[in-house]
Amino acid sequence: MNDALVGIILATLGAGTPLVFAALGELITEKSGVLNLGVEGMMLVGAVCGFAVAADTGSLWLGVVTAMTAGAFMALLFGILTLTFQANQVAAGLALTIFGVGLSAYIGLQYTSVALTGLQAVHIPLLSSIPLLGPTIFSLDPLMYLSFALLAAITYFLYRSKAGLLLRAVGESPRSAHSIGYPVIQIRYLAVLFGGGMAGLGGAYLALVYTPLWVEGMTAGRGWISLALVVFATWRPARVILGAYLFGGVTILQLHVQGLGIDLPSQLLSSLPYIATIVVLVLISRDVNTIRLNAPASIGKTFHPSV
Amino acid sequence: MRFKIEPRPEPSTRMAYLSPLIAVGLTLFTGLILSTLVGTNPLAAFYAFFIAPIDDWYGLGELGVKAAPLMLIAVGLAIGFRANVWNIGAEGQLAVGAIFGGGLALWFYESNSVFLLPAMIVAGAFGGMLWASIPAFLRTRFNTNEILVSLMLNYVAILILSYLVHDPWRDPSGFNFPESRLFTDAASLPVILDGTRLHAGFIIALLVVALGWVFVRKSFVGYQMQVAGMAGPAALYAGFRRRHMIWIGLLAGGGAAGIAGISEVSGPIGQLLPSVSPGYGYAAIIVAFVGRLHPLGILLASLLMSLLYLGGESAQMLLGLPSAVTGVFQGVLLFYLLAADLFINYRVRRVPAAATVAVAATAADAEVTP
Repeated sequence: MNDALVGIILATLGAGTPLVFAALGELITEKSGVLNLGVEGMMLVGAVCGFAVAADTGSLWLGVVTAMTAGAFMALLFGILTLTFQANQVAAGLALTIFGVGLSAYIGLQYTSVALTGLQAVHIPLLSSIPLLGPTIFSLDPLMYLSFALLAAITYFLYRSKAGLLLRAVGESPRSAHSIGYPVIQIRYLAVLFGGGMAGLGGAYLALVYTPLWVEGMTAGRGWISLALVVFATWRPARVILGAYLFGGVTILQLHVQGLGIDLPSQLLSSLPYIATIVVLVLISRDVNTIRLNAPASIGKTFHPSV
Repeated sequence: MRFKIEPRPEPSTRMAYLSPLIAVGLTLFTGLILSTLVGTNPLAAFYAFFIAPIDDWYGLGELGVKAAPLMLIAVGLAIGFRANVWNIGAEGQLAVGAIFGGGLALWFYESNSVFLLPAMIVAGAFGGMLWASIPAFLRTRFNTNEILVSLMLNYVAILILSYLVHDPWRDPSGFNFPESRLFTDAASLPVILDGTRLHAGFIIALLVVALGWVFVRKSFVGYQMQVAGMAGPAALYAGFRRRHMIWIGLLAGGGAAGIAGISEVSGPIGQLLPSVSPGYGYAAIIVAFVGRLHPLGILLASLLMSLLYLGGESAQMLLGLPSAVTGVFQGVLLFYLLAADLFINYRVRRVPAAATVAVAATAADAEVTP
């Protein structure tokens, strides 16, 4: 019983972690007033680049760094389009996803049948032998620990640091931030790049830890679910991570139900995470004021300093 | 000497038409550069991509076969896009259209009625609209973002289709392959050009494009939706109902995608399969933008995008390039278009180095650093 519970908790954390990375990144991007719908594309390109480098060099960590860099490069394309070229953010984000799906399929062709040993769990001495807590908190893989650290760092950054205040100010009112002399476009570039790096990291987690494999289109909508998570979390980091594990749980539940031999079509069970996403979006969005109070006021609107 | 980007007093109509051409040119140029870099003769690549697929009647027929669903969906989506209603669920609406129309074909498998095919098309349109009505309802009733809902429903629709062809609708004599029975002649769109696969769905697509043109250009609702897209507050002030526009925008896209779905399965495919579209629902988004959200532009853009699909297949056969390059170039094309669109609303001005104080002052105003 205990072992089964530990297994379920670990699987839930594992399924949730890619979403934690991608959604925390998108949260920062959106806090600066930019809506990047290209998360799915950035995750895929991050996943394939990370996997390719890890497979070729044998270094998983080099793969992780490459994935983040690749995600940030994709985000740079988006930044150039929307921040420099003033393109519509919705259209540019869709373009980024379409491009990322194609590019990752192209890069990944020669890696589809490659097998890797993923990142292994770190067993913290002594603590990891505590019953239940040991295996679920003190024997996780390093990237999962990184996700906890990032949550703390991002929370501190947003609500306790001057830079975070500035980022939020740019997202709420770019015009005011500009008029007191802050470089709105540069700040937004940084936020977009951070979002891309994190999406790449989420992709790396999928391809190097969770599966560890490269399969075309392997994110299966997780980028979009991350976007929904940010809304679900009403733009608050701690809620993002809760939401991510909730979705991880739904994914795992669906696998377990299939495993128990309950006679439900597997396709209908597989659609559960997507349906759950819609349901929580409805529950959160139902109250117009919740969204209006929490969403960055300038989200999705282009800003040109000279207008 | 330095350059400065400044807003135009009025959007440039000339640039609005030029920018898709510039984007196509730049995409072509990028393709030639890339093919040189990977060691392919650029001329051979150009030939394989753009000439070889359409150098005979069969190829031209294929151009129409692939352009038909693209123009259909894009015309429908554009109606929503013009009013800032972002339906990106066409891929799922297409699948549901295929399920509804195809389901009818399987249900009346013994029928030879001439009404079967029209009924299937109506059912397909209804299925697509039904699927699109979910994001429309959630958006208008619960304020839920239609982008995310419509996208999530793509996965759900494709899983439902997969379930149907794996289990209840599987061909009993099909060696357990996940596919339905082949549709009978009464349930199949006739070929309209001998020696090709070009089917009556192409004519339906052209009719829908014409209908789209009438809607956009001649109807009051079409006008209202355009105003809503260009100047939201003005539309509100004029009393145009946002709810109606969301419903119309999503239903138009859903209906068109549904017709595209049933046209695909009763035309070139001829049965229900787990996958009935190579991403037409997403590619149509690009077609809608490249076609400037205008039905005639979309007609041209769909032919171009169709050629890109065919070119990818032909390059795979002739040059051994993976067909995934098609997806890459679709994305690149949209990138260039969005970038070139900057010059509709902005222009580049040269600012001489020895500028007067006045110019320096305006330049300083445009500076983003404090």
